[in-house]
Amino acid sequence: MQEAMIARAKELLADGSVSRVMGWKKGEFSYDISPAVFENADQLVDFVYDDFCGANVSKYLINESKKEGKILAFLKPCDSYSFAQLLKEHRIDREKVYVIGIPSYGKADINKIRAKGIDGVLGIKSEGTDFIVDTIYGEEKIAKFEAMSERCLTCKSKKHVDVDEMMGEEGEWNAESKRFDKVAELEAMTPDERFEFWRGELSRCIRCNACRNVCPACTCVSCVFDNPNSDINNKAAASSFEENMFHIIRAFHVAGRCTDCGECSRVCPQNIPLHLLNRKFIKDINELYGQYQAGANADEKYPMVNFTFDDCEPGIVYKRGGNQ
Amino acid sequence: MVKLNVSKLNDFFAAIAAEEKLYIPVDSADGAAFRPYEAGMEMSKACNSTRSAKDFFFPQVENLVNFKVDHNKKSIEIIDNRTEAEDFVIFGVRACDMASFEILDRVYLSDPVDSYYKNRRDHGVIVTAACGRPQETCFCTAFGIDASNPAGDVTTWFVGDDVYFKANTEKGEALVAKVAAIGESAEEKPVEDFKAGVKFMMGRLPIKDIKLDKISARGLMENFNSPIWDDEFKTCLGCGTCTFVCPTCQCFDVREFKTNEGVIRFRCWDSCMYSDFTQMSHGNNRVSQKERFRQRFMHKLVYFPNNNEGIYGCVGCGRCLRSCPQSLNIVKVAKALGGKD
Amino acid sequence: MQVEEKEFKPTIVAFCCNWCSYAGADLSGTNRLQYPANVKIIRIPCSCRLNPMFILRAFQRGADGVILCGCHPGDCHYTTGNYYARRRMTLLFSMLDFLGIEKERTRVEWVSAAEGQKFAETMNDFVATVTKLGENHRLEDLRCKKQ
Repeated sequence: MQEAMIARAKELLADGSVSRVMGWKKGEFSYDISPAVFENADQLVDFVYDDFCGANVSKYLINESKKEGKILAFLKPCDSYSFAQLLKEHRIDREKVYVIGIPSYGKADINKIRAKGIDGVLGIKSEGTDFIVDTIYGEEKIAKFEAMSERCLTCKSKKHVDVDEMMGEEGEWNAESKRFDKVAELEAMTPDERFEFWRGELSRCIRCNACRNVCPACTCVSCVFDNPNSDINNKAAASSFEENMFHIIRAFHVAGRCTDCGECSRVCPQNIPLHLLNRKFIKDINELYGQYQAGANADEKYPMVNFTFDDCEPGIVYKRGGNQ
Repeated sequence: MVKLNVSKLNDFFAAIAAEEKLYIPVDSADGAAFRPYEAGMEMSKACNSTRSAKDFFFPQVENLVNFKVDHNKKSIEIIDNRTEAEDFVIFGVRACDMASFEILDRVYLSDPVDSYYKNRRDHGVIVTAACGRPQETCFCTAFGIDASNPAGDVTTWFVGDDVYFKANTEKGEALVAKVAAIGESAEEKPVEDFKAGVKFMMGRLPIKDIKLDKISARGLMENFNSPIWDDEFKTCLGCGTCTFVCPTCQCFDVREFKTNEGVIRFRCWDSCMYSDFTQMSHGNNRVSQKERFRQRFMHKLVYFPNNNEGIYGCVGCGRCLRSCPQSLNIVKVAKALGGKD
Repeated sequence: MQVEEKEFKPTIVAFCCNWCSYAGADLSGTNRLQYPANVKIIRIPCSCRLNPMFILRAFQRGADGVILCGCHPGDCHYTTGNYYARRRMTLLFSMLDFLGIEKERTRVEWVSAAEGQKFAETMNDFVATVTKLGENHRLEDLRCKKQ
């Protein structure tokens, strides 16, 4: 796949239809891959596409599409939803991006490999359904399934939204996805248990803002949490209240626009399952206002700027979800 | 030198915890983390904690002073929060984090002395632990740090089923005396063998050879104007993860929080990656992410050594390699800046 | 009957839309209907103006309960504002519940300019509910507590 992608990119660069390429660049080890912009064919020597290219590159296209010339972007299915949502919000100039859809069969998470007690990882080779992990302390083997990131295990769709060209096979929407199971599990708890759960998670927050900055839906030029006059501290985890507020508002502001790409949880240095907050909103929207997938349909109004005359009243919250 | 069987380690912890606060690294949802010792806790076997040990001396948020406003009397009372810190022991600090304290000391203990930092530094006893299982992200050897022989008030080595203790300072002597009561005196030989083993492992690490001398040789302006900055920063998110997990990042911001009765003036870690870092009335003097990105690495690799007899502002703990959301890090930058050959 | 030494009086913040509910509150005042004095009314141009952050900030600053009053659906001065507010508040309250914060602390009630009676009743009922819940601890900011 990787070789074919590089070849196609070189072709498009050579015939002048694009002037830059957005993709992934290899790192020091096989797992520390960075998203990167390649300016010419020579730089593509570092181009990589493998099991560790989990980073969503759609958000970078906002800035890239403001520059001169067209950029080629390789988008995974989940990236393409983010991309389509950004188009809908008029954040990306569609004319300036040439999109090639690439399949993704689930990306690996180095932290899951480490959690299995495999440390000192130097290189990771894919062999059938296994990863052969070369470490400082010898060779280890782990099933790909066990190393796959949580968001990929509950993948919602392997189908792309808005692409100019497909490489590889197009997938399908996965109606069987169990992505709301954890949310439902939390909903079934008592409020006290839920409070304990979230305190345990959110109290670890160091307010690095990685979840906000990586989020393809968080595209405000200036964030409310960055306003020095707002009396909200953008970098201090000064009180439990602010941890709660930051995460409620972060998730609320992208409610209805969040495509559930899972980047927030991927980037969290403290392993807080932030995607659960976003999924709670998605689940509520689906249940109360009808099925909705952000990014899937360019013409559909998104739920927070829409209403019907007979929407449920906020009082419904007292009746549904959660044990007393 | 005194040794103690690992099975007796918790007795030792209990003896310290009975008298003062003791922090040990334990496994938690976010990896190894220093937590106050409670009976039955098991020490983490991880190579290092997710967050650095600097938190104990330079916490993320610290109240400096409170102002209490009385509207009836039209008065403002100034309340100084500084109290003498309690004595505490932090156990299991690695060589890289220990080296980071020397860097922080240079900043905070040089004139004018930061009394908040000094207070904690004076009351903290640091027990270091030699590394036994370095990771691929470790590159402390590049900065001349010996992972097998860390400094600190007390140094410990976990060799087989025994823990070896050696006091380095007066504060450390008192602690080792407690070990001596339940342990036994030991020879240096097993520790020396262990050190040799660790050194061998350190020599095999993949990223230890970053060419720092090449960066130094190039001079400040040449590094500053290097074309690599145009390339490397592009996918930096501008989040503060690298700075917040870094054991040597020492920048802070002083902010005020209006309570219902007055004002709390506090300081919190700041990050040069943020757009409001060193914000002034005219705005920010680093307007693009490229400049902010450059600042962080130039500070660690060029400015700091220029001002501090060649000591780099990085200790090679590898936390930023593990935590950066997009895997951009100091090693990649140093390699690009140092050149390929 | 034994009277407790320190009776808990909750602080309630009521966000009222300018066109209906604020006038409703006014009417309940001119009709000399009683509702507890610990309800602090904040006037907003429309229920739709209520940023979720306002609610959270009210809790931070010491509120024990927050209620939003607006025009009845269909009667919004700006035609559709309260329909948007309805969706927003539903999701926000659901999220607060998800985080384990007592759901009875927040409420939305539609009160027209003619419903002075309803306004007073709503406030009495809400204050009673929040009094039963006690002080807000789950969304408090210790820095804002009286020392």
